[in-house]
Amino acid sequence: MTDTPTRTEPADWATDQEVRWCPGCGDYSILTAMRMLMPELEVDRENTVFISGIGCAARFPYYMNTYGMHGIHGRAPAIATGLAMARPDLDIWVIGGDGDMMSIGGNHLIHALRRNVNLNILLFNNMIYGLTKGQFSPTSEVGKITKSSPMGSLDAPFNPVSVALGAEASFVARTHDMDRQHMMEMFRRAHDHKGASIVEVFQNCNVFNDGAWEGITKKQNRDGNLISLEHGKPIKFGADGEFGVVVENGAAKVVSVADVGEAALLVHDETKPDPSTAFMLSRLSRGPFEPTPVGVFRAVERIEYATSSTAQLAMAQNDKGSGDLSSLLRSRGTWQV
Amino acid sequence: MTDTAPRELPLQELDEVIIRFAGDSGDGMQLTGDQFTSISAALGNDLATLPEFPAEIRAPQGTLAGVSAFQVRISDFAITTPGDAPTVLVAMNPAALKAQLKNLVQGGAIILNTDAFNERNLEKAGYESDPLEDGTLDGYRSYPVPMSQITRDAVAEHGVKPRDAERSKNFFALGLISWMYTRPVEPTMEFINTKFHGKELVIKANEAAFRAGYNFGETAELFESHYEIKPADLPSGEYTNVNGNTALAWGCAAAGQLARLPIFLGSYPITPASDILHDLSELKHFGVRTFQAEDEIAAAASAVGAAFGGALSFTTTSGPGVALKGEAMGLAVSLELPLVVIDIQRGGPSTGLPTKPEQADLMMAMYGRHSESPMPIVAPRSPADCFNAAIEACRIALRYRTPVMLLSDGYLATSSEPWLLPDIDSLPDIGVDFHTGFNGTNEDGEGIFLPYLRDPETLARPWAIPGTPNLMHRIGGIEKEDGSGNISYDPENHQKMVDLRAAKIEAIDVPDVEVSGDADADFCMLGWGSTWGAIDAAVDRLQQAGKKAAHVHLSHLNPLPKNLEEVLSKFETVICPEMNDGQLVNLIRAKYLLDIKPVNKMNGVPFTTAEIESAALQAMEAS
Repeated sequence: MTDTPTRTEPADWATDQEVRWCPGCGDYSILTAMRMLMPELEVDRENTVFISGIGCAARFPYYMNTYGMHGIHGRAPAIATGLAMARPDLDIWVIGGDGDMMSIGGNHLIHALRRNVNLNILLFNNMIYGLTKGQFSPTSEVGKITKSSPMGSLDAPFNPVSVALGAEASFVARTHDMDRQHMMEMFRRAHDHKGASIVEVFQNCNVFNDGAWEGITKKQNRDGNLISLEHGKPIKFGADGEFGVVVENGAAKVVSVADVGEAALLVHDETKPDPSTAFMLSRLSRGPFEPTPVGVFRAVERIEYATSSTAQLAMAQNDKGSGDLSSLLRSRGTWQV
Repeated sequence: MTDTAPRELPLQELDEVIIRFAGDSGDGMQLTGDQFTSISAALGNDLATLPEFPAEIRAPQGTLAGVSAFQVRISDFAITTPGDAPTVLVAMNPAALKAQLKNLVQGGAIILNTDAFNERNLEKAGYESDPLEDGTLDGYRSYPVPMSQITRDAVAEHGVKPRDAERSKNFFALGLISWMYTRPVEPTMEFINTKFHGKELVIKANEAAFRAGYNFGETAELFESHYEIKPADLPSGEYTNVNGNTALAWGCAAAGQLARLPIFLGSYPITPASDILHDLSELKHFGVRTFQAEDEIAAAASAVGAAFGGALSFTTTSGPGVALKGEAMGLAVSLELPLVVIDIQRGGPSTGLPTKPEQADLMMAMYGRHSESPMPIVAPRSPADCFNAAIEACRIALRYRTPVMLLSDGYLATSSEPWLLPDIDSLPDIGVDFHTGFNGTNEDGEGIFLPYLRDPETLARPWAIPGTPNLMHRIGGIEKEDGSGNISYDPENHQKMVDLRAAKIEAIDVPDVEVSGDADADFCMLGWGSTWGAIDAAVDRLQQAGKKAAHVHLSHLNPLPKNLEEVLSKFETVICPEMNDGQLVNLIRAKYLLDIKPVNKMNGVPFTTAEIESAALQAMEAS
């Protein structure tokens, strides 16, 4: 690596592999956003790694001209944790869908977050199982009719942002596949954060769950139903900023600014050590049919896992000297024959 | 004290003794046994140990379930097993007597803590009458000693509370046994001072209890003689006493140095494999990173990730943990990355017998992944051999870029033996080079990297790690095109890749098997793993009885040594003792159509030499 910024073009980050998502899939716009962001980050392709599990989203590494591993279902955060510990010098992205990260890999995700491993985790949430052709997912709404739930799914869904905040994540953000600039900004923030970052991306599966997010992401619905969180600013939305968010009785609540006055609005503070307010914001919306916050919910500094591990190694070498095999074999006492 | 002249007692010379210390799991029997072992090792005896403890941390006090035992065999000749049956039993309470008496040889000695034989303890142990008086001990030499009382009296002067005083009674027992077998006093005094450093009262109490035990032997006129076991005639050199799990951990650390690679261990605590995690987490100054994962799956998956990054990667487990790692092993087979999976086999199925050994994961190691996912398998034969097995497993993993299964077991894990320390410089260089340059050209004549272009000799693919300029590539669990590594669903390519993965493992350079015992015998015993010691000892006994017997031992279970078929074909009769229901037998029969006979045992206790000898005699008669 050199000190001079690495100059690349988006095309440098593309591979020769044919992209095989269904035409019209939201994953294409996420891929484009990532390829466009990379040159702006001024990083080297050889020091960048994409790790994925299984699912449509998990094909992502094949399309980025970096090091990559298409792993096993749900295990990407665990595989990436091992890589991040062995190689703290690398820039590691973890890509997965809602089934991969919230269901089969839910355990690995929460533990990677609580340990604060330096990973940039992108969760493509389309609220459906795509690759297995249309079963309800752990983020699908109750009552969803699918091939495996002909009378409606019984399962209460996870809210990925709430889960991440509950798992002690130090960086939590949300974006959607209809807004490239916003995606790029969230991905950039995730990259720049030292520690585990998770970005939930509302993503459209146009084959098995088409339009699932339209109630909030379609152009004409955004003003009324997308709340853009900006650090240090009162939380407001609406075409003319006529709506806002206040905290009342321990919960976040949408209000009319005219009714409560600008001063009563909640001022967003992503750096708050206590995640309770961020959690309240994550509970503001019950689904993609009412005002839903996007942006950075939480960005706090916390010691990164591999850094601590490296520090322990250095401390041990400092205390005991570099490992000497001959002394090790004699460390429990010896005798001569 | 060492200069105290013995009473007018005869000093009798023995060639060996097998002592079993047994007590409640809180009585410190493992510590006592360990220390007796250390003193005997320093005296130059050959030795072997067999700890036996309950899975529960503290089973109810005084019950059979709570009995913890430690068997040690010391001898003046070379031995390979901890002995079939103890000749001396130290029983600290009725439960220990009840649980262990059946193991003692007829006429053996029993040293009893009579203070523990009260009504309550007898009832807890399930005795309806007092075994000290009802004839239970007829046929044994029993030595009743009020250990608790003498210990309490001995430590009283140091101001130890009576309740704490009794905790030192294991040192009383150690003192007594040390006197009986003429072990020196100083090493134990040093041990007490080191072990309990900073706890002055505990040091004083244990020292006093030990001396009281030693003096009791000398003065109590209870014993008709004491004994001496001369040093064994072992190869000269520097020795240490090591158990299998520690030897394994040291082998992993050594392998890292021999390969010049940082070490990564992904592990989830499970009995009896956890000690490897403990030992390696102490070796951070060797560049060892240990990761206690959220589960067995993450432990294995993280190791795959670290291997992708260029670390020498390990994952350790036992029992049901092996099943959970199957998915990540399959990934490593497909990715063709080096990884060593260490399985300390224990009784199953399911939770089974967590602290007892079995050899019943062999088929799991061979075939326990979906589809055709071949993995090499190596198995240590003794506690110290775990060191070599770890290095050999790493050598194969690195050279062939493959996950390797190392099959140890609960017996090797906790047993110990003297180990003639190897010359560090004689250990093999197992380093491999990372790939750093292009290995192909595209249609335009430009250099490209083909991650699945194999080394023609080993069929290993190039290992190019992230951070290497220009060699960016993607690998995954989906079938890959030979050479390019691109996703391929082509039928012919899949057939080719299945064949290549199999051919790579089959061609691994494993050493030929050697025949020990009588190479010209008609009868042979085939073994693998921890049965080595008992089979070896059985061959000795058969030879002493004028029989001819050969012994073939496998350290590599996959691939099998190239000369194995030829070697085994020469014998009229081959039996195969295994702690499973015939897994190696099935593999050998299927591969070579050789009618070798199973000898199986699945009761959680290692084979005794007598059991193998008897099976051998039966097989000889039948043939």
